[in-house]
Amino acid sequence: MGLPELWFVIIAILWTGFFVLEGFDFGVGMLHRVLGRTDRERRVAINTIGPFWDGNEVWLVVGGAGIFAAFPDWYASWFSASYLAVLLLLVALIIRGVSFEFRGKVDGPGWRRLWSGTLMTGSLVAPLVLGIALGDLVAGLPIDADGEFTGSFWDLFTPFGLWTGVTLVVLCLVNGATFLGIRTTGELRERAHRAARLIGWVGLVVVAAFAVWTLVVADHGWAPILPLVVAPVALLVSIGAVHRERDSSAFLLSATAMACAVAGLFAALYPQVLVSSTDPANSLTVANAASADYALKVMSVVALIFFPLVLLYQAWSYFVFRHRLST
Amino acid sequence: MDPTDLARIQFATTTIYHFVFVPVTIGLAFLVAILHTQWYRSGDPDHRRLTRFFGTLLLINIAVGVVTGLVQEFQFGMNWSAYSRFVGDVFGAPLAMEGLAAFFLESTFLGLWIFGWNVLPRRVHLATIWLVAIGASLSAAFIMAANSWMQHPVGYTTNAQTGRPELSSIGDLFTNPVFVWGYVHVILASLLTGAVLMLAVSAWQLRRREHGELFHSSVKLAIVVLVPVSILALGVGSHLGVVEAEYQPMKISAAEAQWETCQPCSFSLFQIGGGRNDETPTQLLEVPHLLSLLATGTWNGQVEGLNELQAADVQRYGDGNYVPNVFVQYWSMRVMAYLGSLIALLALWGAWLLYRRKLAVSRVFLFVATWSVLAPVLMNTAGWMLTENGRQPWIVQGLMKTADGVSTSVSTTELAISIGALVVVYVLIGIVYLFLMLRYARRGLELEHADDEPAGDPPTPAITY
Repeated sequence: MGLPELWFVIIAILWTGFFVLEGFDFGVGMLHRVLGRTDRERRVAINTIGPFWDGNEVWLVVGGAGIFAAFPDWYASWFSASYLAVLLLLVALIIRGVSFEFRGKVDGPGWRRLWSGTLMTGSLVAPLVLGIALGDLVAGLPIDADGEFTGSFWDLFTPFGLWTGVTLVVLCLVNGATFLGIRTTGELRERAHRAARLIGWVGLVVVAAFAVWTLVVADHGWAPILPLVVAPVALLVSIGAVHRERDSSAFLLSATAMACAVAGLFAALYPQVLVSSTDPANSLTVANAASADYALKVMSVVALIFFPLVLLYQAWSYFVFRHRLST
Repeated sequence: MDPTDLARIQFATTTIYHFVFVPVTIGLAFLVAILHTQWYRSGDPDHRRLTRFFGTLLLINIAVGVVTGLVQEFQFGMNWSAYSRFVGDVFGAPLAMEGLAAFFLESTFLGLWIFGWNVLPRRVHLATIWLVAIGASLSAAFIMAANSWMQHPVGYTTNAQTGRPELSSIGDLFTNPVFVWGYVHVILASLLTGAVLMLAVSAWQLRRREHGELFHSSVKLAIVVLVPVSILALGVGSHLGVVEAEYQPMKISAAEAQWETCQPCSFSLFQIGGGRNDETPTQLLEVPHLLSLLATGTWNGQVEGLNELQAADVQRYGDGNYVPNVFVQYWSMRVMAYLGSLIALLALWGAWLLYRRKLAVSRVFLFVATWSVLAPVLMNTAGWMLTENGRQPWIVQGLMKTADGVSTSVSTTELAISIGALVVVYVLIGIVYLFLMLRYARRGLELEHADDEPAGDPPTPAITY
């Protein structure tokens, strides 16, 4: 395995990590107003992700910056092609990010409703857009020989991209519900259980269809098969764990389903990084989009030093805030 | 307007806006860490209340700083895809390192600090706010290394096949003199910004509140930091000018509207005219030798004129206009330097009053100090306009022109939509930010809940958001 391949794997890990971690806080963001009936319950729901969401979002920033550094052509083509979609993603992340801090700062029902609304909207739109954009990488976009996008905004809505977006949103919802299950008590926790079961069954169908579709679209290699088979199975077992009120298992299993879905997508993409629907010869690949060896070597060393550190202190922060919050 | 202009407007607007919050975050994080340390040492509940008071302002500020920073991370690919393809091998590395080494640190420990009250052991909790401050200032180091490479490209070789620069020495990126001096300057400016904010809020409280005595200690801290920092920022800034004059002579000559070569050169405090089509400005109030000193560090140094530099650049790079916008250069330089000097004077005035024990009763000083909060915003913005506008027409000095770096697949309509959307969102968030900052800066300390009790067993964090 050469350095470009290593960096493809690192980027896949970063994006998978992002969806596993930020996935549940997107889910809590979408669910907090539905599952929380009183303002107190809604605040508790938000506070379950309070210490984590910002650190989780950095996985996306590093995932993006990693693509910039390791595969500049991929970064340039993907984000300029998805221009308005990325704009929508940014607006969603902006209004969502400020709502955590802003919502609790003024005590009034209108104010709280406003920032609950932005939190929900942002938490829904961000994974949807990211899912569409990731699906587009596999499904292909009209890209010319210079790596430039030749299509229009509507070309971004590939059927497979849309389904990827829906899949990730549903998985975020399930993860949000199972996460609330491990961090809340009483009625809020029971409602989270109900939501996890209900959305879990819907998610099972969605994820199974996604797994089959991905294997059909990416008609090469065996690598995606394993994660894409595991994803729906993990989700099914997770629903069972919710039934038996095994909260930790339920969350770990639904997180596994998310991890496998995203990892399967990246496995299906490899060795390409952005498929050209115009002409397969225009597709960006790990080989033709990568930076030179020296830059990749430097970043590998930096990643080797800092990535384990990051995992350690992030894990520690999850350990510190492991207890349930009571309503 | 052509797409390049629109893309530049968007980048400038979003970056200037983002940088309103960045220096406050870096500066105030250190100051809050110091307040927290004072509380850790004294155990005095008043110090805890002060820490939480300024901590709240810091958090409101970080919320906006973080989300506007997201735009920066993706904008290179969205609007400057040709640039990103061309320089990604070199420019991407510090950006990725910034995320791995700094953003993770800052954001994770911020969460631990916010929710760590009464949960973490006191010593560990104190460490978390210091790690937030260190993370914030580290992130500035990486982004400054990337930016300095655009001002003065070092540590790369050109790939003969693709014609693109490729990283050849990461060490060179972090020993680039433009980076070293620019980074120190940015950190000083950030500390200055944070200290001025703390000074202004404390001054307002001392002026308006009957029981504002608690703010004595924060006003003292602000002034103790502000005196050395504001003077050093002037000195380091002027040395940065000398460094940049060596690599980007156009930038500095344009900042002085110096069309003809001079030796020794005098510095004009004010002038009328002197823009692109006016090479004989009316200069008012000249200080002999000062420009030579500022641009070269010597009494009789020679400063090359824009006309000579233009002729030399045409010879080296081919036809084109290599002179940046002189009006913007000239005035951004002066707004930055004049306000910086005024802040240094304000700091000395405050120090004198502190020494005489008259600060709390000097209504004039407290009034001026309150309004001085506007100065750092203008100074920081002017400083960035000076350094970025002075690089034009290059996006990477000598390697790529700005017009060649823009995304060709992004249409004017798409640009208009994105500028419109971002401006609307930024304005709305800016209004809420100001509303909350004013509300929480004017709040009395006595309204802070004294929740010193452990929140339960096992210790669970207070409902904070």
